[in-house]
Amino acid sequence: MANLCEFSGKKLLASTGIKVPKGKLATTVDEVTTAFREIGPCVLKAQVPTGKRGKSGGIRKADSLEEATNLAGSMFGMDIAGHEVKQILLEEVADIATECYVAIMNDTRTKGPMLVFSTMGGMDVEEISQQDPSQMIFKPIPFSDTISRNFLKETIGHLPLVSDKMIDTIQLLYQVYRSNDAELLEINPLVITSDGDIIALDCKFILDDSSIYRQEQLEGEIASEIQTELEMRASRSGLKYIELDGNVGVIANGAGLTMTSMDAITYFGGKPANFLEIGGEAYTKSREALEILLQNPNVKSILVNFCGAFARTDVMTEGIVKAWKELEPDIPVFFSINGTGYLEAIAMVREELNLEPHDLMDDAVIKAVEAAG
Amino acid sequence: MILRKQHCVLIFGITGKQGTFWGAEMIKYGTNVVGGVNPRKAGQDHLGLPVYASASHAALDLDFHTALFFVPPAACKQATRDACEAGAKVVICLTEHIPVQDVMEMITIARLNGTQIIGPNTAGMVTPGEAFAGIMPGFNNKVFKEGSIGVISRSGSLGTLVCLNLVQSGFGQSTFYGIGGDPIIGTDTREALKHLYEDEKTKAIVICGEIGGTAEEEASEFARTIDKPVVAFIAGKSSPEGKKMGHAGAIVSGNSGSYKAKRSYLEKNGIQVADIPSQVPGLLKSNDELRLQ
Repeated sequence: MANLCEFSGKKLLASTGIKVPKGKLATTVDEVTTAFREIGPCVLKAQVPTGKRGKSGGIRKADSLEEATNLAGSMFGMDIAGHEVKQILLEEVADIATECYVAIMNDTRTKGPMLVFSTMGGMDVEEISQQDPSQMIFKPIPFSDTISRNFLKETIGHLPLVSDKMIDTIQLLYQVYRSNDAELLEINPLVITSDGDIIALDCKFILDDSSIYRQEQLEGEIASEIQTELEMRASRSGLKYIELDGNVGVIANGAGLTMTSMDAITYFGGKPANFLEIGGEAYTKSREALEILLQNPNVKSILVNFCGAFARTDVMTEGIVKAWKELEPDIPVFFSINGTGYLEAIAMVREELNLEPHDLMDDAVIKAVEAAG
Repeated sequence: MILRKQHCVLIFGITGKQGTFWGAEMIKYGTNVVGGVNPRKAGQDHLGLPVYASASHAALDLDFHTALFFVPPAACKQATRDACEAGAKVVICLTEHIPVQDVMEMITIARLNGTQIIGPNTAGMVTPGEAFAGIMPGFNNKVFKEGSIGVISRSGSLGTLVCLNLVQSGFGQSTFYGIGGDPIIGTDTREALKHLYEDEKTKAIVICGEIGGTAEEEASEFARTIDKPVVAFIAGKSSPEGKKMGHAGAIVSGNSGSYKAKRSYLEKNGIQVADIPSQVPGLLKSNDELRLQ
């Protein structure tokens, strides 16, 4: 998932004309010192792409330089939900009269953008919804390049705290959402100051993975995901691989069938060692897939489960068979092959590996689970 | 829409590698393919059919019902506009990795024109014995046989496995309805279920779902109101948690994307859920009249 850190998200907001607090990014304690001298009393915010930073000690107030450098010293390198803190944002302390919540997101159910708004910002949405669901407004936005003023007035204009400036800000937020292909843009809190100004105090931005190719301005801004070495290698090769704690290695095509293979392994008493999908356009990469799988020392047997639709099983099987003969792994492998190209694929496994593919997925799974012990 | 033998199909990208391979298989199977679209090859013949610069050019020459897309992600929005404005009743979009906001725009264009979009990221539709459109092994008789079971699937590979299990147990399919694996799709589970319910050939329906979202839950609300049996398999019971959506996403879906929540929601609405795909035929077996032999 392509997340931006708060600092990167706020750059997008500021460049669109939304007010954000004055802030500076620091990567060392020295830089924290420089930044503090410029900003003065401030809030130190760990730049990691996860919520609940406040509860993990990732957001702290500093009134003096000494306090700022001490806090920064312990914050750098801290682990927050698996992310190491490498950057800290120093931000001026905002003058907060009211905190609102606003989000614009892709909504599966209505098949368009959804506006979420509440005048009870600051806390988690989950908390607001639990306390008082009537305080959350959900409204599908008619899809367009802009969001209409009348639509916003009808949707939230009746709320006592919603001013013209607030409407302006949400129009700009929609612009950020549209022009940067956001999957989710969430500002919590969106602050109303005692002067009636509107300031975005935080920014959560998730980029739609399928749009990365046309969002060049975000290159280098996307926060790195928590991945194992093998997972990183797989994503460089264009394969979706997730390491799990079991011992039955899984190679299948398509996300649906791969999840199903894992479910069947679990159902028959085993534990899957991984999720590894070689469907879609990646179906020619079975050799690379096998190599990655074999590097996991926990793998004691392998299930190859192909049900070809678009992905041709003969092409996938050819890659596996070739790699298997070259790598000569010392673990048992069990095949189940059906769908497009299956006759050629089955013949290949018989001739080249001297193995008999199972007609039913369940039989191959049961054997693989038994062999893994 | 249920694909029929008489439906005329126009294939966008027919001259490409995949368009050629699957187009030829579709024609061999009996699908009524009437032409193709490729702006750079307009005026040529391919697979014995005329190639046009656009759907609106094709519409001057011939009638078509369904536009099938072998189109790269960045070109799908324009292709949708073209197909819809030229009068396509249905667009089947096979393309994976289309930017989600483009998909929203495609759906908006389709609504304005009264066109149904199936997909994106779908494997297509198979009506055994009549026609298929897409990238499913419709021609493989181990997987597809004429029958009375409607199958809805987000995933082509899982759909293939479930269809295979049905045929192995003596069932056949009325139609395989691939809806696509993207988060936002033109025809969702509930709408596909409605189409299969209205189809006379379909006597029972299998939903092949996945964890995430609430599409299966919404479909189950409709399923409880109809008199055709509906059973399901939901993939992802043993998938690790994480890769979660943002807070707001979790709220909109009411935390019901998890396997446990989804399954109990479906069961509450009278849908039996199989633990593994091979149990699906067993759930249908109590209905003997559904069987082939």
